[in-house]
Amino acid sequence: MYSIFFLLLFPALIAVLLLLVKNDKIRGAIVIPGAIAIMAVSVYVAVEFLKGGTTYFDFESEMLNWLMLAIEIILCAIVVYLGIKHKKYLASILSLAQAVFLVWFEFTHAHEIDVSNNLYIDQFSIIMILIIGVIGSVICIYSLGYMRDFQEHHAGEKDRRPWFFFLMFIFLSAMFGIVTSNNLMWMFFFWEVTTLCSFALIGFTKTEEAVNNSFRQIIMNLVGGIAFILAIIVLGTQYGVMEFDALLELDSGAMYVMLAVGLLSIAGIAKAALMPFHSWLLGAMVAPTPTSALLHSSTMVKAGVFLILRLSPMYGDNTVGYMVMCIGGLTFLLASMAAISQSNAKRVLAYSTIANLGLIAACGAVGTYEALWAGIMILIFHAVTKSMLFLCVGTAEHHIGSRDIEDMDGLFSRMPKLSALMIIGIAGMFLAPFGMLISKWAAMISFVNSENLVLIACICFGSAVTIFYWGKWLGKMVAVVANSKDVEETVHKEEWSVLGLLAVLVVAVCFSFPLISSEVLSPYLLSVFGQPVDPIFATFGIAYVSVLLGMLALLVVVPIPFFNKTKKKVKENYMCGVNNGDNLSYSGSMGTSVNVSMRNWYMEEWFGENRINKIGLVITIAIIVVAFALIIGGVTS
Amino acid sequence: MNTLYLVLMIGYLVLAPIFGCILAGLDRKVSARMQRRVGPPVIQPYYDVRKLMGKDQVTVNKVQDFYVLCFLLFVVITGCIFFAGGDLLLVVFTLTLANIFLVLAAYSSNSPYSQVGAERELYQMMAYEPMVLLTMIGFYLACGSFNVSDILNGDKMPFVTMIGIFVGFLFILTIKFRKSPFDLSMSHHAHQDIVKGVTTEFSGRTLAYVEIAHWYENIMLLGIVFLFFCNGTWWGYAIGIVIAVVSFFLETFVDNSFARMKWQMALKSSWVVAILLGLINVALLIWVF
Amino acid sequence: MSYLTKSPWVIHYDGSSCNGCDIEVLACLTPMYDLERFGIVNTGNPKHADILLVTGSINEQNRDVVKQIYEQMPDPKVVVAIGICANSGGVFKKCYNILGGTDKAIPVDIYVPGCAARPEAIIDGVVKALGILEEKSKALQDKGRKDQ
Repeated sequence: MYSIFFLLLFPALIAVLLLLVKNDKIRGAIVIPGAIAIMAVSVYVAVEFLKGGTTYFDFESEMLNWLMLAIEIILCAIVVYLGIKHKKYLASILSLAQAVFLVWFEFTHAHEIDVSNNLYIDQFSIIMILIIGVIGSVICIYSLGYMRDFQEHHAGEKDRRPWFFFLMFIFLSAMFGIVTSNNLMWMFFFWEVTTLCSFALIGFTKTEEAVNNSFRQIIMNLVGGIAFILAIIVLGTQYGVMEFDALLELDSGAMYVMLAVGLLSIAGIAKAALMPFHSWLLGAMVAPTPTSALLHSSTMVKAGVFLILRLSPMYGDNTVGYMVMCIGGLTFLLASMAAISQSNAKRVLAYSTIANLGLIAACGAVGTYEALWAGIMILIFHAVTKSMLFLCVGTAEHHIGSRDIEDMDGLFSRMPKLSALMIIGIAGMFLAPFGMLISKWAAMISFVNSENLVLIACICFGSAVTIFYWGKWLGKMVAVVANSKDVEETVHKEEWSVLGLLAVLVVAVCFSFPLISSEVLSPYLLSVFGQPVDPIFATFGIAYVSVLLGMLALLVVVPIPFFNKTKKKVKENYMCGVNNGDNLSYSGSMGTSVNVSMRNWYMEEWFGENRINKIGLVITIAIIVVAFALIIGGVTS
Repeated sequence: MNTLYLVLMIGYLVLAPIFGCILAGLDRKVSARMQRRVGPPVIQPYYDVRKLMGKDQVTVNKVQDFYVLCFLLFVVITGCIFFAGGDLLLVVFTLTLANIFLVLAAYSSNSPYSQVGAERELYQMMAYEPMVLLTMIGFYLACGSFNVSDILNGDKMPFVTMIGIFVGFLFILTIKFRKSPFDLSMSHHAHQDIVKGVTTEFSGRTLAYVEIAHWYENIMLLGIVFLFFCNGTWWGYAIGIVIAVVSFFLETFVDNSFARMKWQMALKSSWVVAILLGLINVALLIWVF
Repeated sequence: MSYLTKSPWVIHYDGSSCNGCDIEVLACLTPMYDLERFGIVNTGNPKHADILLVTGSINEQNRDVVKQIYEQMPDPKVVVAIGICANSGGVFKKCYNILGGTDKAIPVDIYVPGCAARPEAIIDGVVKALGILEEKSKALQDKGRKDQ
């Protein structure tokens, strides 16, 4: 139990410490051991509680509840103030509304409801703790080097790195809180803290764009937050329930239960940046890259899908289930399409994140153990792979001076090690022997079994689109461009160690996923659904796993004799006989030399961002409106 | 895996290039006859490949060979999984991996013609992938399993309830066989179109590997056509083989009677087909049958 | 006969010609002559080709182009100069920009005369080139053995 407290409080403590430190060396001396300690304790917690199944912690403190309320009110006041200061009155109004709901509920009902188990931990929490603890902390270590470069690029501005690291560590604390809270009020508290942290991180650079985007983020997440508090109010007033485990025991056919679950789903959808709320995550790109990595891979959006996956037993063949399924599926399809039209690497990654979160949410909403298995697996693989990709793009950006895919021509020749990592990451997102595809495979099977035509269509077309946008990026990277200069020497040591660690993690997770499945997921699914898990899913078919692992091994072994050596004569490219001999230019008319420049295919007129977003917004908002109309009208299944 | 599937798999490894080669030769012969020409000998593709193997070894960079070799390797693995009675979705995913290697090989040369070919190849993958996945889902819904072995021994003929999907699958086979009207990324017959798309920078042995990979791939695709007619009886298998061969020549016929269409048509038409034939057939499988 | 002669792939380059010979080269592919029955394919790509057919004469501008195309063809390879312009420069020989026949740029193995060269003559030239291709292939193999 103390290890859990350590996870909740230690990052916060480090954060406060970092706020006070101005010296870069001392900061490094705090961040690295601190992050390693968080990592170690996360692993320790995993080992300690893995065999125990679900463990509840009977821990109560009236004072703590008041403290949380006080902090929440202070945070609301800050948002109201900032909203007025920046003339974003909507944010102020929403924040005020949220505070009113909260205070009203706290003083009228909350204290009559007895909550005995405030904290708990089970296999799913353990997975999340590992993701937050390991990936979150390595991102913090990576930030050290990155922010040093960042400060150099923004020389002359005030050094606000203490604030940055303060936010990063508070974020970790709050995330640990979300995944271990059983008390919905506690969860809401941590939920709001992450919203505020990401608000501050997105607005970190204080440019006009950053401020606008940060307000977009907070407005959307406040809508989610209000939905969350309303759900708590419904549950508290109707059933006197404020614990998560008790919520899952309720009859999912009842109108008020559906309403509460629907509201919680909205909170999850907003936080997970699914359509129609996806635009805040795209706006978050203005922040320094480690922030994006943190938001996308291990925290924030993962909290949203965590909530939806947690609610999985409540979904299925009912109105809320269909609502989340359709929104998730459509988000997967439409976000993948929009990714085609993007040339900014970070935006492609952002759309891919949104798409994958959609898929995870859809898996959660199907409400069968197969689907939940697939959802959690996607969550794991996505966290590991995406964090690596973001950090790779961040490093590449600092060295080639651009985050545009068009400028990554032949990155393989310029930054060989970094591009090898990026290729592993991209391949990991959609190709066969890697983990992501295994989970997509399982998702597909569970969608077919759920006989939901919308989901089947979304995953078939979505997968096809996914191949296209990753494939063309991969192609840009592997192009061998002559005479490129190696610019890799200046990458910081911290960045290399972190990227290396993440690459090892990606491969390790791929190889060990049968173990994760049988040791962690199967017991969890058994406890959630109360029915034995099909052995195919417990280990996902030994035969296939061995085929896949064989393929993976092949991919590791085959390159060795071939890579970067050839007995063949190397000749120049075919350019109609007018290649200037360097593959970079050809002789044009009148004896001029014309540079060869190749551009990717974006199909703007089909998959243009605005067009796709409009379609997405209209459809998903309509789905939400119809779903809530049905629920309130009493149609729950 | 029992002995039957082991035999099938080894049979595939040995015989697929032979049949694939003969089919490719027949394709050229039939095309020639349709144009009132004599045409090359039936084993002309074999001569071509042997010749390419003997040519001087030339490449444009040090990594291309690796990608092409992986392409061949994974196409063969795909076929092996299929003929070993394996999972159809795994077959699709492995084939995708193989194709991505071909695309990467083309991209890696950083040559204008290759890149056009590579992007078009990716585009074609985007066009046919939904229909391929829907086909596999259709098999699952009709036969209750993704395993080729189960479908092979099933007592119902999948074709009966999957006519729409079958037609849709034939439609995208045109793209997979690289036939007109959708031979956008590279064509087997039109040797000069954007030079030769994906294969522009391949020569000698590398080009031979690509050709052999196509033989393997074509036989595997015809295997999927065959699968539509399996019902556990000998006449089901006989019909399957006949239809598979007929469908190959149907594609040859289509190839010779259509001009190439604009690239826009490839995606639009195959997605429309996937929705109209594939998705509606899947819906019927779910709700009616 | 080696496989090389059963599947000679051809690339056709048009120098400064009047296009007469080019039309005749293409005529060889028509059903009337059907070059494909010998396994001959007209590729557009030197990297795939075994035989380089050149029509028209060589001038200052296209000399390097012909050279590069020739260099990009993997060995063994042969060059067939088709039509009198490609043989010697023909009627253009004295033009200020014309250097002469194909052999001003690259070594030529077979000369097919004519203005324009008849398809029969072109086919005959290509078939003769196959013999040379065969010899070159043997020489290459011997060299390979010696290197080992």
